[in-house]
Amino acid sequence: MARPIPRNEPVKSLSVSYQGAAASSTWRGLAMGRGGSDLVIAVLLGLAALATLLFGEAYWLLAAQVAITMIFALSVDLLVGFAGIVTLGHAVFFGLGAYAVGIASVQFGWTEPLSALLLAGAVSALLGAATGVLVLRTRGLGQLMLTMAFASLVYEIANRAKPLTGGADGLQGMVVSPVAGLFEFDIFGLTAFVYTLAVLIVVVIFAVLMTRSPYGRSLVGIRENRVRMQAIGTGVQRRLLSIYIVSAALAGIAGALLAQTSQFVGLNVLHFSLSGEILIIVALGGAGRLWGALLGAVVFTLFKDRLSALDPAYWYFWLGLLLAVIVLFAPKGLIGLVDRLLALFRSKEAA
Amino acid sequence: MSAPILETRALQKNFGALTVAQNIDFSLEPGTFEALIGPNGAGKSTFVNLLTGLVQPTSGSVILDGEDVTALSIEARVKRGLVRTFQINTLFNSLTVAENVILALDEFHGQGWRPLPSPSRRRLIRDEAYEILGRLGLDPWGNREVRELPYGRQRLVEIAIALALRPKVLLLDEPAAGIPSTETGTVIEVLENLASNLAVLIIEHDMDLVFRFAQRITVLVQGAVLARGTPDEIANNETVKSVYLGEGIHA
Amino acid sequence: MITAALTILFHGLAFAMVLYIVSVGLGITMGLMNFANLAHGAFAAAGGYVVVMATRSLGLPFWVALPAAFVTVALAGAVVERLVVRTLYGADELRQVLFSIALLFMAIAGFTLAFGPLQQQPEIPAALSGQVTLGGIDFPAYRAFVIVAGVAILAALWLLIGRTRMGMRIRAAVDNRNMAEAVGVDTRMLFTLTFALGTGIAGLGGGIGADVLSITPTYGQEYLVLFLIVVAVGGLGSIFGPFLAALCIGVVDVAGKYLIPEFGAFFIYGVVIAILLAKPAGFFGVRS
Ligand SMILES: Nc1ncnc2c1ncn2[C@@H]1O[C@H](COP(=O)(O)OP(=O)(O)O)[C@@H](O)[C@H]1O
Ligand SMILES: [Mg+2]
Repeated sequence: MARPIPRNEPVKSLSVSYQGAAASSTWRGLAMGRGGSDLVIAVLLGLAALATLLFGEAYWLLAAQVAITMIFALSVDLLVGFAGIVTLGHAVFFGLGAYAVGIASVQFGWTEPLSALLLAGAVSALLGAATGVLVLRTRGLGQLMLTMAFASLVYEIANRAKPLTGGADGLQGMVVSPVAGLFEFDIFGLTAFVYTLAVLIVVVIFAVLMTRSPYGRSLVGIRENRVRMQAIGTGVQRRLLSIYIVSAALAGIAGALLAQTSQFVGLNVLHFSLSGEILIIVALGGAGRLWGALLGAVVFTLFKDRLSALDPAYWYFWLGLLLAVIVLFAPKGLIGLVDRLLALFRSKEAA
Repeated sequence: MSAPILETRALQKNFGALTVAQNIDFSLEPGTFEALIGPNGAGKSTFVNLLTGLVQPTSGSVILDGEDVTALSIEARVKRGLVRTFQINTLFNSLTVAENVILALDEFHGQGWRPLPSPSRRRLIRDEAYEILGRLGLDPWGNREVRELPYGRQRLVEIAIALALRPKVLLLDEPAAGIPSTETGTVIEVLENLASNLAVLIIEHDMDLVFRFAQRITVLVQGAVLARGTPDEIANNETVKSVYLGEGIHA
Repeated sequence: MITAALTILFHGLAFAMVLYIVSVGLGITMGLMNFANLAHGAFAAAGGYVVVMATRSLGLPFWVALPAAFVTVALAGAVVERLVVRTLYGADELRQVLFSIALLFMAIAGFTLAFGPLQQQPEIPAALSGQVTLGGIDFPAYRAFVIVAGVAILAALWLLIGRTRMGMRIRAAVDNRNMAEAVGVDTRMLFTLTFALGTGIAGLGGGIGADVLSITPTYGQEYLVLFLIVVAVGGLGSIFGPFLAALCIGVVDVAGKYLIPEFGAFFIYGVVIAILLAKPAGFFGVRS
């Protein structure tokens, strides 16, 4: 007969094979000890940010980029890792956010950064609502296609609308007022770094809370079993649309940050390769785990910075190889490796 | 007789040339326990799918508590108290058993849109989940992922989820199928303890179980209602005997 | 007026045929193995490079280079399928997509290192480098050849899929894989062959179509959207669907760019979005 099992049995979860994105982890996290990895990563990232702030003057601009990529990665992880919607066109929201603040500044003199950030989020959310309704009507390949088609469409529009966007030359002459009327964007990137870091912290808190809420859990439920979610009374379509919009808004904010900190917007913010890269970042870190996405964003951006300086071709090769290895041998991503390391330590301690 | 809580009128479903529901008029009164029997492929599961909205009828209507719900979504019907289990486990396999029930409870309590966690409410819902699991003897497995459970025990999670939704009408699609005979006792116990005002429609091949609980039996053959009546009437119905019971159903 | 229409039709057809030849294999493998191969275009590019190398560096005739491209790329496809793709059948979409992106990136890097970042053109035989006159208008002979090749490949595939035992097995397995296995179809071998065939044809398409879709290292990424569109609109697991889809898209695209150059590029996406919303499984979709 059944052996009663204590509710907080120690981590056996690690033996569980990959299913979809790292399934239950987010949710069962604290109870089963996987929260350990989250905590370790959070502490390490916090220390790294602090060290960069204090001693890494030369890296402030790069760090701002990392923070922006992290926000973008979170937006995609919420959609792909949690709700299980695969997209290959998320750059469209990132890019739209960037162009929104850029055009607002150049055309309308809207240079105040914080309100412009909200503007970008709102504009991207609107596009998310409009395309989400359509994208979510299909599944599988059709869905993937629609996300790509919409992104390509917007890319073409931005390319053609030269008077507004500057076309292939990019949007020049963007002005950004000091943050809170006090902090001028400086050439060292100190303001850029602190500003993006602050926004990142807000977004992370928001995302962490959301994924632990009933709403966040219902997204995981939809990913795991859509039919059952309906059968317990969930309006699946509306819930997916809502996260699509939230994710679009976050991506838009990330794009806006890029525009504000670099005071330039190029067509590459809408390009397919950006949509691909951000998906890679999420998988690299571990889809379905917020702290994984954050870790992935750091590792990826640093690697890219180092390797693409050498030769873009090499960068593509290493990126491809890394991705292949991750998919084939570590489908839970970097955070999965951290999980394993921690488990190793724990079992050593116990022994 | 009180007004039926669930009714179908001339319900029809064709899959291409195949008719799986043929002009079905059916009604279920509150507080009654009915069974739907019929050979494999008779269209029993399809009937449940039609009732719940998973499958759209070709024609005819479904009426729940006096309201025509034919055009309503699955979830809207669930919100009105029409709840089902699946013949083949349809669970959140990589979530834990407790989480499966918690998801249902969250929805039932209207928390599904709540974007912020609330530890106190979470604890309440957790306790409620374990209370339901306790009724099914599943509480020791609360923290196990569903896929780690043997199939038979997973079947009970199906029922636990349904109970969490506090149904007015409960549709059970072969709840005992796949459960080892040594453990059907748990299912029987649960059935015995269902609230007395609940309307139940059970699809079941186990005739002992059917004749033990059902106040009324509907026999479905090739999508059409062959007979409908009390267990005695059905047991003595010559057509049913020859067409269905005579075939020697695995009891 | 009529000249314009004919010109649009002609170039639209040529573009459509290239799209078709490159994409058709993708649709078959997706329909059969349920594997979303975003690296498909890289195989086409590989075929293009084989033809370039064979005609330029080795001095082989074009007519030898084309079959060589097919064989080389089909072999490469078979190897990749056996070594890695196989392990991802049944894996979730995200992993498949990511893995094929990984392949794509490595291919891009490989092509850049081997052949440089610039566009490459194969040597075209003299017989195809002139003009042909149709209805009083001159058209490039090579593009006429592309159109003929597209139709020929459709016919060949139709014979292969419709009339041979392998084709019968493919159809059976697309329809119901479990059933096909139950009646003794060796799906392992079938999958490898199909993958090889699909990538081989793509390689052929890369070589034949170099005039329309130029061969650069990023070929597989630049035109990916087009290939996927053809497959998604045409429907998975079909050989006629993608043909129709390619015709639509090719002609609409050329017409759009010719008639309203400002907005030409939008047309294609508008059409695609409309079709996918109306028919999520595509024209002839076996699966969505
Ligand atoms: N989605 C569907 N498409 C086509 N035929 C179906 C579909 N669902 C069920 N059927 C057919 O309808 C008939 C009844 O099936 P079902 O309702 O599952 O029977 P039962 O539950 O009584 O065994 C079967 O012949 C089955 O093959
Ligand atoms: Mg059934």
